[in-house]
Amino acid sequence: MIVFEKPHALADVKLHYCPGCTHGIVHRLVAEAIDELGIEGKTIGIAPVGCSVFAYNYFNCDMVEAAHGRAPAVATGVKRANPDNIVFTYQGDGDLAAIGTAETVHSAARGENITVIFVNNAIYGMTGGQMAPTTLPGQVTQTSPYGRKPESVGYPIRVCELLSNVTGASYLQRVAVNSVKNVKEAGKAIKKAFQYQIEGKGFSLIEVLSTCPTNWGLTPDKALKWLEDNMIPYYPLGVYKDKYAEEGNKQ
Amino acid sequence: MGDKVLMKGNEALAEAAIMAGCRHYFGYPITPQTEVAAYLAKRMPLVDGTFLQAESEIAAINMVIGVASAGKRVMTSSSSPGISLKSEGLSYLAGCDLPALVINVQRGGPGLGGIQPSQSDYFHATRGAGHGDFHMLVLAPASVQEMASLVFKGFDLADKYRMTTMILADGTIGQMMEPVSLDMGEVKHYDKPWAVTGTKGERTHNIVNSLSLLPEELEQWNFKRYERYAEIEKNEALYESFLTEDADIVIVAFGVAARVARNAIVAARAKGIKAGLIRPITLWPFPKSALKEAAKTAKAFVSVELSMGQMIEDIELAIRCTRPVLLCNRAGGMIPTPEEVLAKIEKADRIGGEN
Repeated sequence: MIVFEKPHALADVKLHYCPGCTHGIVHRLVAEAIDELGIEGKTIGIAPVGCSVFAYNYFNCDMVEAAHGRAPAVATGVKRANPDNIVFTYQGDGDLAAIGTAETVHSAARGENITVIFVNNAIYGMTGGQMAPTTLPGQVTQTSPYGRKPESVGYPIRVCELLSNVTGASYLQRVAVNSVKNVKEAGKAIKKAFQYQIEGKGFSLIEVLSTCPTNWGLTPDKALKWLEDNMIPYYPLGVYKDKYAEEGNKQ
Repeated sequence: MGDKVLMKGNEALAEAAIMAGCRHYFGYPITPQTEVAAYLAKRMPLVDGTFLQAESEIAAINMVIGVASAGKRVMTSSSSPGISLKSEGLSYLAGCDLPALVINVQRGGPGLGGIQPSQSDYFHATRGAGHGDFHMLVLAPASVQEMASLVFKGFDLADKYRMTTMILADGTIGQMMEPVSLDMGEVKHYDKPWAVTGTKGERTHNIVNSLSLLPEELEQWNFKRYERYAEIEKNEALYESFLTEDADIVIVAFGVAARVARNAIVAARAKGIKAGLIRPITLWPFPKSALKEAAKTAKAFVSVELSMGQMIEDIELAIRCTRPVLLCNRAGGMIPTPEEVLAKIEKADRIGGEN
C-alpha cells in the first residue's frame, strides 16, 4: 500500500533549497493542487528571480523564467495569448512587493485571471539575507545590521491588506506553513485560488508566510517558532478578500 | 498590386502588424508614437485581438515576453525614453531566444529630450539595447510604404531567427501621410515546438529561460546565438542605392535623412558633382559589403544623421577607414536641410581622398 507519494506535477529532481527552508512545502502544495484539479497539462508556471528562480526545473508543467518582479506581466501575456491555459506565478517578497509592486497591483487591478503564489519570508534570501519590503521593524539583516528602523527606511508592506482595496482583485488570503494545521489550511487556499482561475473568477493571490533559517540565523524549528511569534502578529492570517463568497453571502 | 490608400506612417505600420497575424499589442502612451496605440485600440477588438495599455513600458515588454513565450506574434511600440525602460525586456527576449516586434518612433534625447524626430537611438538599437551580448534585427523605414512592408517582413525575420526585430523609425515617417499598398502577400508559418502552451501530458515540459549558472553552458548558448547572427549578417543585409555607380561622393543615410539626402544629391549632380546614396534598410545587419564595394571607386563618404554622429562609426568600420567620412548632422529634433547636405557634399568633393 502506498501511503505517501510525490505529486506528479512536482518533478523528481533534487531541490536546491537550504535545509529547513519552507519553499519545499509550498512547492508541494502547489503541485498537489495541480494534481487534484487535473490541470498539469494546461498549466504554465512563471518563476521569479530569487530563491525560487529554479522553480522552472521543479514543476512538470510548462514554465517561463521571468525578470525580477515581472512575473505578473509575463503571466498576463501568457494568459492573454491562450486563455484556456491555467497560469500561475510563484514569487518571493522582494520580487513581488519591492521591484514588482507595480506589476502586482496592476495585474490585480485588471482582474487578470491568474493565480499568484506569494512566498513571504521577510528577507531577500538568494542574495544572502538583505532587508526586504516585508522585513519586520527591528529585524536584523545584512542591510539593516542595527535592525530595521521604520523612521528611516519605513514600515513593512502588508500585501494582502494593500490589495484588499483593489477592486479588480477577487481572492486574497494569507496563510502560513509553520504547523501541520496551517500547512493544511495553506493547501486548501492554494487549491481554491486555482479553482477560481478555472472558473474564470479573476485575480487570486495567496500569501504564504515562510521561513528562512539560513538568513534568519536560526535552526529550522526555531525559525518556525520565530514565524509564529513575530510574523503572524504583524501579518495576521485569514481571508482578506473573497469577491465570490461575499456575493454568495449577499444572496 | 492592391489599391493604394492614403495613410499615416504609424497607422500603416499598425495595420501591417494585423495583416502579419499579430493579435497582441501592449503599449504605454508616449509621443510621437501614440497613433500606433490609438489605431490598434480600435482595430484589435474587431479581429478578436488583445490591445492592452500597460501600467508601464516595463510591464508592456514583459507582457510581450509572455505572448512570445506562448508562441504567438506580438508587438509593442514606444519612443526613445520608453525604449530605455524596455531595455531589460529586450535583453531577456534575446536571452530566451524569443521572437517579437518592437517599434521605436525616435525622438530627441537624452533624458526626456524633446518630441521632434531624431535618430539618436542608433547606438542603442544596433549595439546596446540591454545588458549582455546580443543583437536585434533593426529595420529603418524611409517611407509610409516601408513602415508597412518592413513590419510585415520584421515579423517574418523575428520568427525565422527567434529574435526581436526593432523597427527604428522617426517621428517624421511616423506622422506623415503617403499612399501605401497593403498588399503584403502570404504570412509564413513557423513551427514553435519550444513554446509554452501546456504539455497536455504528451511531452516533457518546455522551459523559456535565460538563466544558467554554469559558465561553460552559458558560453555555449552565446556561441550558438552568434552563429545565428553570423548567418544573418551574411544573408539579411538590405539597402537601396541611388546613383552610386559612378559616384565620387557617397552619402549614407537612413530614414528621413535619406529623403533629404536624395534632394541634395540631385542638386549636387546639377552642379557637376557625382554624388550618390546608399540607404541602409537594415541597420543591423549593417550593409557592410555595399559600402566596401563603393569605397573602391568613391573619393569620400558623407554620413547624414539626426544625431551627434552614430552610424558614422559603422561606415568607418565597413570601409576600414580607407576613405574620409564626413558627418552632416543635426540633433535635438532638428533635421538637416538639403542645402546643408549639399554644402557637405561640396566639402567632401573639395577634400577628395585627403583624410
